[in-house]
Amino acid sequence: MREVAIIGVKNTLFGEQWDRSFRDLVVEAGVGAVEDAGVAGERIDSMFVGNMSGGQFVEQEHIGALIADYSGLAKNLHVPSTRVEAACASGGLALRQAFYSVASGMDDIVIAAGVEKMTDVPSSKASSALAAAADREWEGIMGATFPGLYAMIARMHMHKYGTTSEQLAQVAVKNHYNGQFNPIAQYRNTITVDAVLSSIMVADPLRIFDCSPITDGASAVILAPADVAHEYTDTPIYIKASGQASDTIALHDRRDITTLDASVVAGRRAYEMAGLGPKDIDLVEVHDCFTIAEICAIEDLGFVKKGEGGKATQQGETAIGGRIPVNTSGGLKACGHPVGATGIKQAVEIVQQLRGEAGKRQVDGAEVGMTHNVGGSGATAVVHIFSRNR
Amino acid sequence: MSVPRFWRKQIARYNLVGTYCKTCNEYFYPPRNVCPTCRRDGQIGEHKFNGNGELVTYTVIHTAAEGFEGQTPYVLGIVQLEEGPRLTSQIVGDPKEMHIGMKVRPVFRRLGQSGERGMIYYGTKFVPA
Repeated sequence: MREVAIIGVKNTLFGEQWDRSFRDLVVEAGVGAVEDAGVAGERIDSMFVGNMSGGQFVEQEHIGALIADYSGLAKNLHVPSTRVEAACASGGLALRQAFYSVASGMDDIVIAAGVEKMTDVPSSKASSALAAAADREWEGIMGATFPGLYAMIARMHMHKYGTTSEQLAQVAVKNHYNGQFNPIAQYRNTITVDAVLSSIMVADPLRIFDCSPITDGASAVILAPADVAHEYTDTPIYIKASGQASDTIALHDRRDITTLDASVVAGRRAYEMAGLGPKDIDLVEVHDCFTIAEICAIEDLGFVKKGEGGKATQQGETAIGGRIPVNTSGGLKACGHPVGATGIKQAVEIVQQLRGEAGKRQVDGAEVGMTHNVGGSGATAVVHIFSRNR
Repeated sequence: MSVPRFWRKQIARYNLVGTYCKTCNEYFYPPRNVCPTCRRDGQIGEHKFNGNGELVTYTVIHTAAEGFEGQTPYVLGIVQLEEGPRLTSQIVGDPKEMHIGMKVRPVFRRLGQSGERGMIYYGTKFVPA
């Protein structure tokens, strides 16, 4: 297996972008990443596109071919292009497929992109589209929503470990604080614990400020064999590991409602592949679709003991400058959560951090970073580890 | 949900009929075609649950799923049946009286309707026992 590096990255602006289409967004991200890497279209061997629900959000399927076409790679070059879907983990999984294709030796220069255009439909329709990532026949039919499923995780976490609403709120406060320094973030305003606790209730105990927003956006990264990465960039970032795991589609079938076993296993596989442990990670982008999700993530990935995620957050351990900075980009909460793009955006953030290009949100001396991308209420998890050093 | 898609699982939804694996002695609801524990070694048969159970966790939904707007606030919970399996269902009753560990029993209720003139779905909800 060959070692793999990331040589180019690009995020579009995240947010409500009514003046821009699905294809506008993904082409901007793809072309931006190609320019960042300094590669020509002729050199691109294949592309993988993470997208959850183009069919429901913009009534467009056959996303792989569409994007190859509109990025100018279809007509003369006939570049293979594959759409990858695993709900909100689609982006992370597209990166993993791209990683495989370079590592295997089949392809050299590969694009991994992610895109979602969510604001072209009313928010009730968007919620229904997202609910398709749960078990439609045995959760959705009973009136389950995604905030509802994570609210049941939160209630159990509070019951079992004494986690408080204030601790949940602190996740949102921290991520908004980080988001103000990210020029692509949907929300660049700071918020307070009181503002979270007085926002409207969505699914008790989760309030609207506990939830990530509905967002348009796209992200792309360019992968190359590590041996040639220096031909393109002075600061290649190496992908040291990729781990993936599945779990039951329905929350009610989980071994433990408060643990996402898919995260635990995907994390363990990534740690083993990299030969590293939680103590070696300098910063991490985790899947904070809801505030409770970030608390579960830092526990499941081994950064804090099970049950202590809330306390660790409250004590500032996960802030920039803390023991393990989490979601320096603003996370899904403040940066926005275009579901298919999120996994790639997380990789872009880590690459920028490891290159030392993260501006006011820079983690000093960051050498090793991790991304953690979850589909549904935890039925898929994808974890990657990145390093400045080969 | 289309009529045939709902109809295929109607017995399971109306009467809490799931499955039982003779090989590993485990019960499943919703019904399974393949035993998730012993897989192809499993011998799967039908089992009707008595429906008595306990509330594992719950939420009170204020922002509803499409088609449930008229029901807010409603309680959604995970119920563990006496035989072991867990399922997601609405819990009928005062949200303030819900608590983890509460004993519940099943009731036959209207779940929803597909569109204004579409099929009405019925199934099982739970009430405090």
